[in-house]
Amino acid sequence: MRIGVVTFPGSLDDRDAARAVRLAGADAVALWHGDHDLHDVDAIVLPGGFSYGDYLRAGAIASLSPIMTEVIDAANKGMPVLGICNGFQMLTEAHLLDGGLIRNGQGRFICRDQGLRIENNTSDWTSDFAANAEIVIPLKNGEGSFMASDETLKALEGEGRVVVRYIGGNPNGSLNDIAGVTNARGNVVGLMPHPEHAVEAGFGPDTDDAMASGVDGLTFFTSVIAQALVAR
Amino acid sequence: MPTIVVEVMPKAELLDPQGKAVAGALGRLGQTQPALANVTGVRVGKRFEISLEGEADAATLAAVRELADTVLSNSVIEDVVGIHVQDVPSSAVA
Repeated sequence: MRIGVVTFPGSLDDRDAARAVRLAGADAVALWHGDHDLHDVDAIVLPGGFSYGDYLRAGAIASLSPIMTEVIDAANKGMPVLGICNGFQMLTEAHLLDGGLIRNGQGRFICRDQGLRIENNTSDWTSDFAANAEIVIPLKNGEGSFMASDETLKALEGEGRVVVRYIGGNPNGSLNDIAGVTNARGNVVGLMPHPEHAVEAGFGPDTDDAMASGVDGLTFFTSVIAQALVAR
Repeated sequence: MPTIVVEVMPKAELLDPQGKAVAGALGRLGQTQPALANVTGVRVGKRFEISLEGEADAATLAAVRELADTVLSNSVIEDVVGIHVQDVPSSAVA
């Protein structure tokens, strides 16, 4: 399976995402924001960072990049797309996902290992998780507070489109403790925390077993690979 | 040469952490500057100045209005609170 990772000006975690893809067992394909070519990938990751310096709004200018024409088209045809942090912000700006992200409620940049509950294990990126699995992966952002109108929030909750929710306290004022959402089809997922930073023992969050041994993030990537095998 | 000014504010019902931080600083200044002691809040938004050649005609204004709603603001978190034409850009005003 070929999973593309798009690099934008200001992307920071594109190489981490590519490494996570490889560790999960797929081929990582570097995609470029200025191209109109997805290089025959089977899935796409929009990585974290501060594309275009977060000018205008976080993810807003990147959502207008040349390659986003192809990303939006592919997503609407069912290709799995994962937006992590800045990538999540791009997906909301591109209207592939509902809601929007504003500055953290307390006005501070937050960087910590964060507890999450998998609320939807039927999306393309979470299907390998057990129902209501509790995981820990890093959270690091300044604008991660999830906002949506009452109507949208009701739809997200009612249709099971909240994919991950913060546990152990709300870090940033997100409505309903929402950390990530999906679209109706379940192929497009966006979340603020970083699964790609918890894929390799020695470099992940601390666990009860050993320091830095948390690899809970890997399951996002193995899920999409498993989904692709089922689809064949 | 006209300039079209677009003003965007965070939605009134949403917390504006940036405004809140500025209001906090003004509150501290208010302890020594009594004139600021009456400040009860600050909200921070954005002002875009779009420079044009030629006339700001109805078609151009309509296009800018569309741009304001779709690109310059995100209706999930922000409102466009004003669009108007001014003849001289702010930077040229003494």
